[in-house]
Amino acid sequence: MLRRHHSLPGLFAALLIAALALTGAFLAFDSIIDRISSTVPATGQVSVAMLAEAVQARHAEVERIVRTASGSVIAYYFEADLPGAELVDPLTGQAVGPYEPSNLTRTITNLHRSFLMGDAGRVAAGLGAAAMLVLCVSGAMLLVARLGGWFAILRPSRGTTVQRLHCELGRFALIGLTLSALTGCWMSLATFGVLPDGALAEFAPLVQPSSSERLSPGRLAALQAVDLSALRELTFPYPDNLADPYTLTTTQGIAHVDAATGQVLDFTPNGLARQVHETIIMLHTGRGLWPLALLLGLAALTAPVLAAAGGVIWWRRRAALPKIRQNIGAQSADTIILVGSEGNSTWGFAATLHAALTKAGHQVHTAPMDSLAPRYAKAERLLILTATYGDGDAPSSAQMFLQRLERTGGVIPVAVLGFGDRSFPKFCGFATQVAEVLRAKGWPVLLDTWSVDRQSAQNFAAWGKALGETIGTKLELTHAVARPRTTALELSGHVEYGAESQTPTAILSFTPPTTGGFLRRRALPRFEAGDLVGILPPGTALPRFYSLASASSDGVLEICVRKQPGGLCSSFLHELPPGGRIEAFIRPNPAFRPNRGKAPVILIGAGTGIGPLAGFIRHNTRHQPMHLYWGGRHPNSDFLYGPELRKYVEDGRLARLNTAFSRVPGGGYVQDRLAADAVTLRDLMQHGAQVLVCGGRDMAGGVARTLEAILHPLGLDLVTLKSEGRYLEDVY
Amino acid sequence: MNKTFATIGLAASLALPALALAPPAEARSVTLTTQLRPYGGNGAYLAIYLVDAQGRFHSTLRVAGGKAKYYSHLSAWARGRANETTRIDGITGASVGSGQTLRVSVDIADALIDAGYQIRVDTAVEDGRDNPGEISVPLTTAANGRPVSGRGYVAAFKFDM
Repeated sequence: MLRRHHSLPGLFAALLIAALALTGAFLAFDSIIDRISSTVPATGQVSVAMLAEAVQARHAEVERIVRTASGSVIAYYFEADLPGAELVDPLTGQAVGPYEPSNLTRTITNLHRSFLMGDAGRVAAGLGAAAMLVLCVSGAMLLVARLGGWFAILRPSRGTTVQRLHCELGRFALIGLTLSALTGCWMSLATFGVLPDGALAEFAPLVQPSSSERLSPGRLAALQAVDLSALRELTFPYPDNLADPYTLTTTQGIAHVDAATGQVLDFTPNGLARQVHETIIMLHTGRGLWPLALLLGLAALTAPVLAAAGGVIWWRRRAALPKIRQNIGAQSADTIILVGSEGNSTWGFAATLHAALTKAGHQVHTAPMDSLAPRYAKAERLLILTATYGDGDAPSSAQMFLQRLERTGGVIPVAVLGFGDRSFPKFCGFATQVAEVLRAKGWPVLLDTWSVDRQSAQNFAAWGKALGETIGTKLELTHAVARPRTTALELSGHVEYGAESQTPTAILSFTPPTTGGFLRRRALPRFEAGDLVGILPPGTALPRFYSLASASSDGVLEICVRKQPGGLCSSFLHELPPGGRIEAFIRPNPAFRPNRGKAPVILIGAGTGIGPLAGFIRHNTRHQPMHLYWGGRHPNSDFLYGPELRKYVEDGRLARLNTAFSRVPGGGYVQDRLAADAVTLRDLMQHGAQVLVCGGRDMAGGVARTLEAILHPLGLDLVTLKSEGRYLEDVY
Repeated sequence: MNKTFATIGLAASLALPALALAPPAEARSVTLTTQLRPYGGNGAYLAIYLVDAQGRFHSTLRVAGGKAKYYSHLSAWARGRANETTRIDGITGASVGSGQTLRVSVDIADALIDAGYQIRVDTAVEDGRDNPGEISVPLTTAANGRPVSGRGYVAAFKFDM
């Protein structure tokens, strides 16, 4: 629901907002340039009288002196009955040059206000500001929900590059854009008179001026008393009317000043409405407050990018929404599938399940969880497939589910399948919650709650098998997760390790095929160390994922593969001859990457988990302090990347290499090595270190327990560190 | 029956004041032509009005520019009309663009012609100058049809009776 409040106004207003934002950014930077090019005297340095005197000395007939919000001073005058305007040095009162307002700035200002379309355009601009405000508020709420609470608003965001771009830019620009939108709405309403602007109407002086011979402006006490910084405008009296006074507009209000005595005839202070309006204008334009103008300008520049990235995200999500074929009506179906999905990926699994059950002869109805009906006439089973949003919350298509559940009548046997990412603290939290509520309400359990980690097709297939056995139908769920087009790659290197310790492990490198001629030669797809490569073993549709040890800039795609007993893909890869081909695609894994900066990085892994860690170290040319803890079996058999790692220590890319070998006398596991190094680790963590763990699930569990114990005295815990992006896991 | 009488009575009572407010017969139509210089800014606000022989505000003839909050820039007119009670909705139009010409017809009472009255024009442009009383021409048969230029935005102003 919240997402709809974000994407609908976003789509409608994208162009409007992009135009407002680009023109707004231009005006912000224009005002900064204006401010830089004008000298602003210190308060108390120049009085209005001094400035007026200097201008009057040059021009017999001065009409007006204006001080703009950016601090530049403009004098309007007549010279031989011809109107003129000049820029005045605020410090000396000397002429700087003729004042020629920029046509470009004027046109951009008008575009920004009204799209050059008069009042209709002003209404459009106002609506654009309102849409922007809605987007800022709903966007902030989405961001909070996505990251797991207000306190977590500064956590690193996760997701695809476009999603992260949208999140990070949005977070950066949120305050500036909200301020621009809010003040823009106010100004729009003030333009149409809905809100007061408190402008004082022009009025004749209440006290009659003395009409005596005039003094020069420099000798007028009332002008001497006003500092230049407070000046808005000084209108000179008509030369041929001795009864005409000066009109002095300051930040405080409007005064009339007798041109002969220099006395203030009357003073009308600005009302509250005027003060509010002027503050709003200052906050909107940033004029007179250049750091604000900079903030607003930069924030505005992000708006078109946000709009474009938002559009891409929306389109991708829409394109990912599967078309469910043969979707039977809710009251005719024997099997109901309800889907709780945030990013639509769960829908893909539901479609696969729907197709398999239909093929097995079932009447299947698939719907969002929010469409839970009060009763299902013919349903024999309910299958709930749900993701979890943020910190254990309901995903967007399941927001109303628990409420609707309160109103349901009968109960049917139910199976819940949770989708999530095991590296989040509340893995499948919502699925667990739904299962508990259903059990508490007396719904029979068809199958215990299972979970699918990171869209694992294997997890899903295993659940399908279990489900099939329960309902007496053979179910084969082969779900390819939105499989991108694969690229053919050739094996170019194979380094074998571990033969002595019965754990054949290989570092395999692949390059684009060399055959096919110049025009058909293809480059490697783009990837970073730590991303995943999906490899399809011949004759299967289920990809296996491996963490990448290289980046595309290295020119090779490198992975570490341990031969699993009976493993289809690992056997295929181990037996691949030089030049043998694989079909592969990249799945970005931006959540598993070391933070840039100067803080130390602690890399922990065992066995083939060294792969991405070695990749991070290889690319650490900025010599960020990286500390590697790695566990293997025997230094002579499976010390993956041994020579390279020693070289990295020498050239400074690796600050310290700590190894643990389990099959040597007095050896141990990597967590033992960590425990022995507790003092160093505490010191590193106190210096803001980030921990990246890569390897098997058992190793990761052992490492987590050991680190928890080591960090406890510091008052640090892994849940907090994870939420801060300081404890990352790539576990398989 | 009663109802019919009542209706006629109501119609009569509505018609009588309307007759009383009809413009005096002794007025003539005057065409005011204001041609602006190509100053190259946003549309100009103009106020065309009458002042008496002592320079005191008499009445508004025409206003160009729709946003009342900018009228303070037409300062001489705005000050003068501070006590004017007549509404100006009907004689207000759009602002006049750079280089454009505003041509309007107004009714001016015969009694004001050749009686020391003057037509004045205040002009103002956003981020430009304000020109109170930029044009000041005597409302006389002698001045009829003679273009006058201003010091600000007005290239030529004339009235034709």
